[in-house]
Amino acid sequence: MRSLFALLLLGFISSPLQDHSGMIKIPAGELRPFLLLAGQNGRIKVHSFYLDIHAVTNDEFLQFVKANPRWKRSGVSRAFADSNYLKQWAGDIEIGDDRIRNSPVTNISWFAANAYCKWKGKRLPTMDEWEYAAGAPPVNAKRGRDLSRIILEWYDHPNPAVLPVVGSTYKNRFGVYDMHGLIWEWVEDFNSVMPGSENRGPGGNPFVCGAGALGTANKEDYAAYMRYAFRESLQAAYTVGGLGFRCAQDIE
Amino acid sequence: MKKITHPERSILRYRWMALTGLVLVLIYTALTGCNQASGAKTTLSDTAAVIGEMNAELTHAPFVPNSRGAFQPEKVIVKIEVVEKVMKLADGVDYTFWTFGGSVPGPFIRVQEGDEVELHLSNSPGNKMPHNIDLHAVNGPGGGAEATLTVPGHSSVFTFRVMNPGLYVYHCATAPVGMHIANGMYGLVLVEPKGGLPKVDKEFYIMQGEFYTKGKNGEAGLQPFDMDKAIKEQPEYVVFNGSVGAATGSNALQAKVGDRVRLYVGNGGPNLVSSFHVIGQIFDKVYQEGGSQVNQNVGTTLIPSGGAAILEFTCHEPGTYNIVDHSIFRAFNQGALAQLIVSGPEDKVVYSGKVKDELYQPGSPEVSESEAPAEASIPDLPLAERIKKGQVLFETNCSSCHQPTGLGLPGAIPPLAQSDFLMNRQDKGIGVLLHGLNNEAITVNGNHYQGVMPQLPLSDDQIANILSYVRNNWGNKSPVVQEKEVKKLRNQ
Repeated sequence: MRSLFALLLLGFISSPLQDHSGMIKIPAGELRPFLLLAGQNGRIKVHSFYLDIHAVTNDEFLQFVKANPRWKRSGVSRAFADSNYLKQWAGDIEIGDDRIRNSPVTNISWFAANAYCKWKGKRLPTMDEWEYAAGAPPVNAKRGRDLSRIILEWYDHPNPAVLPVVGSTYKNRFGVYDMHGLIWEWVEDFNSVMPGSENRGPGGNPFVCGAGALGTANKEDYAAYMRYAFRESLQAAYTVGGLGFRCAQDIE
Repeated sequence: MKKITHPERSILRYRWMALTGLVLVLIYTALTGCNQASGAKTTLSDTAAVIGEMNAELTHAPFVPNSRGAFQPEKVIVKIEVVEKVMKLADGVDYTFWTFGGSVPGPFIRVQEGDEVELHLSNSPGNKMPHNIDLHAVNGPGGGAEATLTVPGHSSVFTFRVMNPGLYVYHCATAPVGMHIANGMYGLVLVEPKGGLPKVDKEFYIMQGEFYTKGKNGEAGLQPFDMDKAIKEQPEYVVFNGSVGAATGSNALQAKVGDRVRLYVGNGGPNLVSSFHVIGQIFDKVYQEGGSQVNQNVGTTLIPSGGAAILEFTCHEPGTYNIVDHSIFRAFNQGALAQLIVSGPEDKVVYSGKVKDELYQPGSPEVSESEAPAEASIPDLPLAERIKKGQVLFETNCSSCHQPTGLGLPGAIPPLAQSDFLMNRQDKGIGVLLHGLNNEAITVNGNHYQGVMPQLPLSDDQIANILSYVRNNWGNKSPVVQEKEVKKLRNQ
């Protein structure tokens, strides 16, 4: 179904550009998955890939909308983005509030994020890639400033009225910024782990009730539950105030 | 007394009645269309038609919505918005609460057995987290949790049929569940039996929950959640209705003498079991765990985490009643304290108040006092005896402030020795001992004093002894003060 949408989208995406500017090469490695699915041995191999150093900003997304008018706020189909799409902007091709020009673009649907990455000659990172890249510790991590602490401090505060700019939190050992503590981010296969939101069969949804304790590799990583629960609550046309994205690219 | 009846049981009762051939059951069968003869499992959804539609009245604690008291199931629409916001947890202490409806606990939902509930859960666009709701009143997977997982800026809707009367907890069940509950996401849903619960004069909604803050109890500022303390079940705060003092002092619950009071008490947890008690009240009825079993004459009742109870008592006496988790350090050190203020006339038969306070000194017969004499004949005692007893009482009750020398403390505590205030009028001294001084200005030997002298729990006999002593010591000289003189002033 999604690939069908992707094909449809290709119809109105223009001028793909090939470049790695603003990206960094993430070395190959292994990911210890948060959820252990049947048949997995506890390690997932992740190939080397390029990843955007920071999340896509309002300014960057504005260029995309100007080049692809079908993704204007007033023109986009409700099938591809709900009615809150880009609601922080003043107009179709006008951000308005200068303070958020370099802040991550949010209120963005999966379809819109996917289209942007395609336009850039890139793609959305897979969940495994994203989790692998996000698992790297902060550069110059001080004592007690480990990852889970950054995440939990973010959880402990309500969303700020004005979203901070990209690069304002921390840089990790892969050289990418703000993997935690600024926004949630779309991944290509955001709902692939889940059997679907309506599940009356055995096993149950792993992210509600006591079932959440089953099948996780690390029960203490409760900060990660929230990330997976968040992804589970999404649909591809949804837009959310604290949800943005960054792009990835294969190594040729 | 009408009990909350389990629908399965009522159906069984009807079946038994069918065997006896009662016409009633034929009417019931005709109305509901359920097939008694086949023995097929009967569910409520095919026994009662839902007629009409209404928006639920939702209330914030300590208030409870009105009972519909109806016999006909309706479609009830419940709309709740989840809001993440910073609120006060204690004086000077803030916390980022995750709330149903902007308050902790969430709104009280009151529906009736057989109702079809259409629940709308909205996640405020300004929120950061996904949320959902698991209502323990639901028969179905996750109690609605799976159907309502909702991202910020969206709403979810699901319907359920309430089939089991009782008082139930609802809570957020999004991973990590413990954290969502620890941040305040819980409330109560009451499913009344058909026709409603018996009427009472006052109903209140109280919900206990504990908070695990990084900083110790009382540490000021915005306090983050502490997962380690939550796992160890070592909270810094245990509170009723979301914050320390949410239902004490000027926020206390109010009732009148003679009122029958019903408390709907829930325990959100996330961990602790509550030993729920109202100091100075006995629960006439306890619907244990919010179910159909009614216990009577209970002092303290257990309320499990994620559970509830319906408690009823009668207000016989005026006064302030402390409501506590009788795991008692939680009440006096962590905040688990609410208050009920009952106003109205006293009934000395039910509760006399303190009738007497006397020294208890085993082995010292000379200072022990005889039983209070009958009112009709209060004997006068000689001055020497009153002075002797008065000295002991003075040293116990008065000398730490007025000093053994009777000189007081300059500028703060007035002197008794050669005090014009004390010696000019005997009745003034009696009045001060009877009622204390509450920041009233007095002049003693030309000096002004303004302060508090506590009202001491002294009997008329003891006051007579103390006054006889102080008015005949340190150079003071006056006649003996007798008990009946004190009594006369007390009764004025």
